[in-house]
Amino acid sequence: MEYTPNIVGFACQWCTYAGADLAGNLRCKYPPTIKLIRVPCSGRVKPEFILDALAKGADGVLVGGCHFGDCHYKDGNRKTANRMILLKKMIADMGFEPKRFRLEWISGAEGQKFADVVSEFTEELIKLGPNTIVEENAA
Amino acid sequence: MSKIGVYVCHCGENIAGVVDVEDVRQYAEQLDGVTVTRRNLFMCSDPGQEMIRQDIASGLVDRVVVAACTPRTHEPIFRTTLEKAGLNKYLFEMANIRDQGSWVHAHDKYGATAKAKRIVASAVGKAANLHPLEDKFVDVTPAALVIGGGVAGIFSALELAKMGHKVYLVEKQPSIGGAMAMLDKTFPTNDCSACILTPVMVEAANHPNIELLTCSEVADVNGYIGNFNVRIRKNQTYVDWNKCTGCGACAEACPVRTANEFNGGMDHRGAAYIHFPQAVPKKAVVDMSVCINCAGRKLGTEPRISKKTGQPVLAACEKACPSGAIDRSHHLPAEGTLRDIEVGVIIVATGYQVMEKENFPEYAPDSPNVITALQMERLISATGPTGGKLLRPSDHRKPRTISFVSCVGSRDVRHHTYCSRVCCMYMIKQARLIKEKYPDIRIFMHVIDVRAPGKDFDEYYTRARDMGITFVKGKVGGMEILPADQVRVLGYDVDLGSNIEVDADMVVLASAMEQPPTAKLLARKIGLSFDGAGFFKELHPKLKPVETAVEGVFLAGCCQGPKDIPDTVSQAKGAAAAAAIPLCQGKVRIDPTISEVDTEKCSGCGICTPLCPYNAIVLKTYSGRPRAMIDITQCKGCGVCTAACPSAAILLHGYTDVQILSQIAALTRAA
Ligand SMILES: Cc1cc2nc3c(=O)[nH]c(=O)nc-3n(C[C@H](O)[C@H](O)[C@H](O)COP(=O)(O)OP(=O)(O)OC[C@H]3O[C@@H](n4cnc5c(N)ncnc54)[C@H](O)[C@@H]3O)c2cc1C
Ligand code: FES
Repeated sequence: MEYTPNIVGFACQWCTYAGADLAGNLRCKYPPTIKLIRVPCSGRVKPEFILDALAKGADGVLVGGCHFGDCHYKDGNRKTANRMILLKKMIADMGFEPKRFRLEWISGAEGQKFADVVSEFTEELIKLGPNTIVEENAA
Repeated sequence: MSKIGVYVCHCGENIAGVVDVEDVRQYAEQLDGVTVTRRNLFMCSDPGQEMIRQDIASGLVDRVVVAACTPRTHEPIFRTTLEKAGLNKYLFEMANIRDQGSWVHAHDKYGATAKAKRIVASAVGKAANLHPLEDKFVDVTPAALVIGGGVAGIFSALELAKMGHKVYLVEKQPSIGGAMAMLDKTFPTNDCSACILTPVMVEAANHPNIELLTCSEVADVNGYIGNFNVRIRKNQTYVDWNKCTGCGACAEACPVRTANEFNGGMDHRGAAYIHFPQAVPKKAVVDMSVCINCAGRKLGTEPRISKKTGQPVLAACEKACPSGAIDRSHHLPAEGTLRDIEVGVIIVATGYQVMEKENFPEYAPDSPNVITALQMERLISATGPTGGKLLRPSDHRKPRTISFVSCVGSRDVRHHTYCSRVCCMYMIKQARLIKEKYPDIRIFMHVIDVRAPGKDFDEYYTRARDMGITFVKGKVGGMEILPADQVRVLGYDVDLGSNIEVDADMVVLASAMEQPPTAKLLARKIGLSFDGAGFFKELHPKLKPVETAVEGVFLAGCCQGPKDIPDTVSQAKGAAAAAAIPLCQGKVRIDPTISEVDTEKCSGCGICTPLCPYNAIVLKTYSGRPRAMIDITQCKGCGVCTAACPSAAILLHGYTDVQILSQIAALTRAA
C-alpha cells in the first residue's frame, strides 16, 4: 500500500486550532495526515512531547501557534520559538531528519494557509519516507 | 478503571456522508476503558444529549467522549449535559472529526475514516486521564470601560449607564461623536446627522453614571474578566478644563493657521482650537505640535514684563481667555497625566478610518478637485468649510459636473478584498442631496454594481435614478488632470460595451473603510485578534458577534467591520447587553483549567516566575524553603510555566503531561 505519513500536530486553541476549524468551514482540501492535539498556547508544548512523538514513530510533528504579537497570552509563542531552536538541534542529535519537525504561525483567519501547510508538509514527508525508528529499535 | 462512553455524531450528512461512522464506533468499542459506544444523527440534539444523560444516570459511563464538530463551539454544550446528569463537567473530551475531518477530507473517505479513528483514540486516551475540576468564583468590579466615543461607544455607554452601571467612556479626540459628527445628512432618511447625534452626545455627557474621559487613551490593561486594571492617559491639552467654558476666544485669537482635520483639511484652525462647533465636551485644546510660541517664552516660565506698558507679555490665547484657563507659566507635562481605573468589563468601539486619496496614484490625487467622500460630507455640511455651499476646492466655484467613483480600495485585490458596505448608499445620498439643491449639476456615478440591501435602501436608490442621476456600470481605470482644474475620468460602460470619458469639475472617491494602524497597539494591550480583513475578530461570526476571545471584552461598531449607523447602533446595544451580564451576576467563574504547583516536587529554582506573562507566580517560603505559588485569579492557563518547569512540578489542569502523552501514544500507535 502507498505510504501515508502520520503527522502529530500541536495547535494552540486561539490561532492554529481555530485556523484548522476555519479550513473546515471553507472546505479547504488537504490530506488526512495530520491529527491535532489541542493546547491552550503553543507555549504549553514541551520539547519532550515532540521527541516523544518522533520516538514513537510519528513521521512528522507540527507545532502551530499565533503570529508574533497575536498570542492570546501576550508572548507565549516567542517562548515557543526560543525553545524550538534548541529542540531542532536535539532532533538532529537523536538521529531524526530535522525536516520531520515544523513550527508554523497560523492565525485563526488563515484556514487556507493551514491546509497549504499540511499539504506541503505531507509532500515533504512522502519524499523523506517513513520514520523507521520504531522498527529500528525493535530490531 | 474508567468507564468511557464514546458517542459518534453523524451531524446529518456532514460527517456520515464522508466518514464511515459505524466503523469508527466499532473501532472505539475495543479501546481501553471504553464501556459504551453509540451513534446519533445529531449528538447535540435533545435525544442525542439524553442518550449521554441516560448512560451516566444508569452508571454505565463516568467519562464522555463525543466525536463530532469542534470543541470551540460545542464543548460548553456537552459539558452542561454532563453537569445535568450529575457528572463533573470536566470529565469530557471532544474528538473533532467534522471541521478537521469530514469537511476537509471529503475527497478521501477511507483516509477520513482512518483519521477519525485516530482522533477518537486520542480523545479516549485523554479522557482516561481526566480528573474532576471545580469552578471557582470571584467578585466583579461594578464598572465598565468603553473605548472610543463614536456613535457605537456612545450608545454602548448609555445603555449600560441606564441599566445602572458605572461607565468610563474614553475618547482620544477632544470631543465624542466620531465619524458620524462629520456627516451632513444620513441615509436612508436624510435626517441631519448633527440633529440626531448631538442630543445623544449631550445625554451621555450629562448622565450621572457616565464619566467622560476625552483627549484620553488606554495606556495599559491588566487583569481579567471581572477585574481589569486599566491605566488611562489623559493627553496634555494645555487648557484647564475646569475653567474653560468653550467660548472659543482663544481659537479666534491664535495666530496659527493649520489644516483642520475635522473639515478634511479643507479649511484652517488655530493651534488653540475647539474640535468642532457642537463638540461635547465643548473645551479648547492647544496643539503644541503646531504652536509657534507667539509670545516667545518657554512653557512653564513666567512671562516677560513689557518695558513699555509694565504689563506681562502673554501669548494670544492666554490673553484672550476670559476665564484664565490658559496659563503658560504652569509646568504641564507634555506626556499628559496617568490615572488607574478598575472595571469589570470592556467594550471596544474604536471605529474606522477612510483611505486617503494618496493611496490611489491612478486617480489624480494631486488635483485639489479630487476628494474623498468624507471630505464631500464636510463640503455639503452647513457647519463645513464653505457653510454648506458646494464649491470646488481649487477655485471656490460651483461645479457643473461631478463624478462619483465607487469601490475605491474596496473589492480590489491591491487594497482590500472586502466590500465597505456603506459606500454605495452614501454616494447615492450625496448625489441626491446635491441634485436636490442644485438640479443643474450633472452627476455621474461609476459603480461596479449598486449594493442597497438594507431597510428602505433600494427605494432610496430608485428615487436617485428618477432624479436624473446617471449610473454608469463599470470600473474607472484612471484619471487625467485637464487644464482649468478639470479631471478627465476614464471609465468603462458595461451597458454600452465601450470606454467612457467624463470631463468632471470634481471627482468624489468612495474610498474604503479600514482599520486604523493604531488599532494594533490597542489590540496588543488587550489581547484582541484580527480577522482576515484586519478588523477586530468576534468570537463567533454568527452566534457571538460582540464577544471576543478575551473574556469580558466586547466589540461594537466599525472596529469589528464596516457597517452603517443602524447596524452600528444595534451592535452597540448588543455589546452593552452582553457586557451587562457579568456586571449583573456580580461574580465570574474562574476557569479551573489553570496551572497549579505541586509544592512537594517544586525545587524553588524560580525559572517559572519571570516566564509568566501575568506575573502570577511568586516564590514563597514553604517549610523553610522557597516554593513557587500561583495566584489563581491572575493565571490564565497558558501553560508556559508548565512546559518550562525542570522538575515537572507545575500541573496545567486539563492539559497535563500525562494527558498529552497519552494522546501522543494514541496517535502513534500502529494502526
Ligand atoms: C463618507 C461617509 C458617509 C457615511 N454616511 C453614512 C450615512 O449617511 N448613514 C449611515 O448610516 N452611515 C454612514 N456612514 C457610516 C458611519 O460613519 C459609521 O457607521 C459610523 O460612524 C460608525 O461609528 P463607530 O462608532 O463604529 O466609529 P467612529 O465613528 O469611527 O468612532 C470611533 C471613535 O473612537 C475613537 N478612537 C479610535 N481609537 C481610539 C483609541 N485607541 N482610544 C480612544 N478612542 C479611540 C475615535 O476617535 C472615534 O471618535 C458613512 C461613512 C462614510 C465614510
Ligand atoms: S495562544 Fe496561540 S501561540 Fe499563544
